[in-house]
Amino acid sequence: MTLHIDIPDENLAGILAKAFKNRSFLAGFVITALVAAVAIISFLWTPYDVTRLVISDKTQAPSLAHWFGTDHFGRDILSMIMVGARNSIAVALVAVGIGMGVGVPLGAFAAARGGIADDVLMRLNDLVFAFPALLSAIMITAIFGPGAFNAIIAIGIFNIPVFARVARAGALAIWPREFILAARAAGKSRTLISIEHVLPNIATLLLVQGTIQFALGILAEAGLSYVGLGTQPPMPSWGRMLFDAQTRMVVAPWMAIFPGMAIVVTVLGLNLLGDGIADILDPKSRRQR
Amino acid sequence: MSLLEIEKLSLTIGSTRILRDIELSVAPGEVMGLVGESGSGKSMTALTVMQLLPWAAHASGRITFDGIDILAASEDQMCALRGDDIGMVFQEPMTALNPVKTIGEQVAEGIRWHTRASRADAEERARKMLDRVGLPAAQFPLSRYPHELSGGQRQRVVIAIACALKPKLLIADEPTTALDVVLQAQILDLLRDLVAENRMGLLLISHDLAVVTEMADRITILRHGEVMEAGDTARTLSEQLHPYTRQLAQASMHVPARAKTHERGRAKPLLQVENITRDYPGRRLSLLKRAASIRAVDDVSFSMAPGQSVALVGRSGCGKSTLARMVLALDKPTAGTIRFRGDTLTGKSEAELKPARRDMQVVFQDPYGSFDPRQKVERLVAEPLHVLEKKPAPAARREMVAHALHEVGLSPGDMDKYPHEFSGGQRQRLSIARAIITRPKLVVADEPVSALDVSIRAQILDLFAELNQKLGIAYLFITHDLTVARAITDEVMVMHDGKIVERGRTSEVLDHPQSAAAKALVAAAPDLHRAIAKRLQEQG
Repeated sequence: MTLHIDIPDENLAGILAKAFKNRSFLAGFVITALVAAVAIISFLWTPYDVTRLVISDKTQAPSLAHWFGTDHFGRDILSMIMVGARNSIAVALVAVGIGMGVGVPLGAFAAARGGIADDVLMRLNDLVFAFPALLSAIMITAIFGPGAFNAIIAIGIFNIPVFARVARAGALAIWPREFILAARAAGKSRTLISIEHVLPNIATLLLVQGTIQFALGILAEAGLSYVGLGTQPPMPSWGRMLFDAQTRMVVAPWMAIFPGMAIVVTVLGLNLLGDGIADILDPKSRRQR
Repeated sequence: MSLLEIEKLSLTIGSTRILRDIELSVAPGEVMGLVGESGSGKSMTALTVMQLLPWAAHASGRITFDGIDILAASEDQMCALRGDDIGMVFQEPMTALNPVKTIGEQVAEGIRWHTRASRADAEERARKMLDRVGLPAAQFPLSRYPHELSGGQRQRVVIAIACALKPKLLIADEPTTALDVVLQAQILDLLRDLVAENRMGLLLISHDLAVVTEMADRITILRHGEVMEAGDTARTLSEQLHPYTRQLAQASMHVPARAKTHERGRAKPLLQVENITRDYPGRRLSLLKRAASIRAVDDVSFSMAPGQSVALVGRSGCGKSTLARMVLALDKPTAGTIRFRGDTLTGKSEAELKPARRDMQVVFQDPYGSFDPRQKVERLVAEPLHVLEKKPAPAARREMVAHALHEVGLSPGDMDKYPHEFSGGQRQRLSIARAIITRPKLVVADEPVSALDVSIRAQILDLFAELNQKLGIAYLFITHDLTVARAITDEVMVMHDGKIVERGRTSEVLDHPQSAAAKALVAAAPDLHRAIAKRLQEQG
């Protein structure tokens, strides 16, 4: 049975046309853009000043004056979420960037070379993997001092082995394919083949892993902030807000619900976006959701 | 009375029409051959009988099996039928078995499920069945896993599963397509015996007319989901009344016209292989200990003249492909030297190999796997241009790609498409375009037509022959299919267990094989002429 599928030309207009037909990309794009916009607006304006404590307004339920309510210091939760967005996003984004930037080349290299290089790299990888992220983050901050920047570095380092492994596993599945053999018969070097053939074919895998790591990055930042090694007060972050809310869940559920929702929505948006991009980049994509 | 009776069967999936008014019947003890090219609806017919259709499929018409209306049967009724009264054998023995279960468990599973037999009883019956299909207990205990078996042995296990409960009907969907000719002959013999023993009906699905002719009493020819012709095998194929039947028969026996043939020894040899050996290290048994290494290619020497077309034939696993890779300098020989145009290839670095790479290219078997799905045809076909000393400018490059596409019978407009937009035959043309774009002196083709339908295969063989004549390209054709070797090559080398055991002019080797390996290959190869003649003789 032959099904005929029309594929639009792969120029920029074609990609855009495809992108806007892809519902998951569209939804992801809108959500992510919204979150980014909120983060940017927070530099210019927030409903209330997040560093000013107004004890008389503490733990107020959502109202017209405070849409998302206030926390136990009387700070406006909406304002805190807006400011926190920039912390959380920045930390997670840079951490994923470090992980991808270092991990993917390492993994691709290990797969291309094989043998001892592969063994050594992957065992080093295991070594890093073996330390819980929080533990080594504590180690790093003990040396360099606490703060958002060091948290980024710590989380980033722990993304490296994740991406290295995914890239290596994906690349290993591509290498025995015949088109790689054809490229080798054409005299291309392993590096060139890795760049031209292997990476585009594992890009989908990496993108999906990227969105997962981004979500984990936000959570990791939350965890580090909780033990006091991440974003330092009075700067709010989503993770800190969640942990602050923990003990007051019953009296002030809004303190947990709104930052929690912020994390869920952001992660969901990113996942949809990653999914959509993967679909669009695949020349074979025929699903139009 | 027929065992299976299909009347006016039509099938649609979504809005696509797959089958139209299929009529087919199988009597007990009868072998019905269902022939057609890919996409003709052969497998869909089988899946409809089993009610294993994809979710969106809609079938109409009537299928009666042993008095049961299959299309109206409930899922529970079908579950009772499948594996008990109807058995099925699939094409790919590598994926039809569950890799984490032993063969004993897999054969016993169906027996226990359908007969509620105890584990011990079921295993005993499984044991008998495995003995019957030629896997004796001494070598193949029930505790073997699929990965410990070869392809032919696995197909025997699949047949054992399908026949364990003595089904009334066995559906075999391309049961031997993934096997080499010698194994194919063995498996077909086994199926024939099982049919005779149990008066089982066999619906044999194949694209190979010769196989079906050898096996089937009656034949149904399918095309685009419609029955073209049906009837007694010998008569249908000897009379060839229907134009499509004739077309199929001719395509399977097609021999491209080749004006001049090339002999060895006149000119300076293009390729010289001297005492090549390739060992693969054995499996690691422990940290320091390894099993003995495996010798894939054993002291092989041969030479090829420019423009000569040589076939390398042998059974699967005989070392053909390993030898080809070493010729292409994609794998390093353990010992021996390879000279190409007088230059030694062995031991050279990738940079030093560049000039040689320009003059030798490769065509692979699988037209689906040999292209990067993420790149467009222009880049894919232009890939070998990478080895040119002066890389052409983009405009010149497009020009060269367009020219190469034209030479293989595709349109230059195809260069902006992705590989998945082409059919199998077209992709093999792309593969050839990629191989000839640098105007090589030698093309190594590893089973280039074995994944293609007969009519497409005939076209691709013609293309190979034409390019050989026009451009003087020498071919090293690796194949297990002797008709291909006969169609396109001047000389044949027969490989067995890593050694070349026979070499000579194609017609001589294939008509009067000397070595045991060559004799086995020739005897097992299905041949349409011979099969039809035999059928007619049997009927008097």
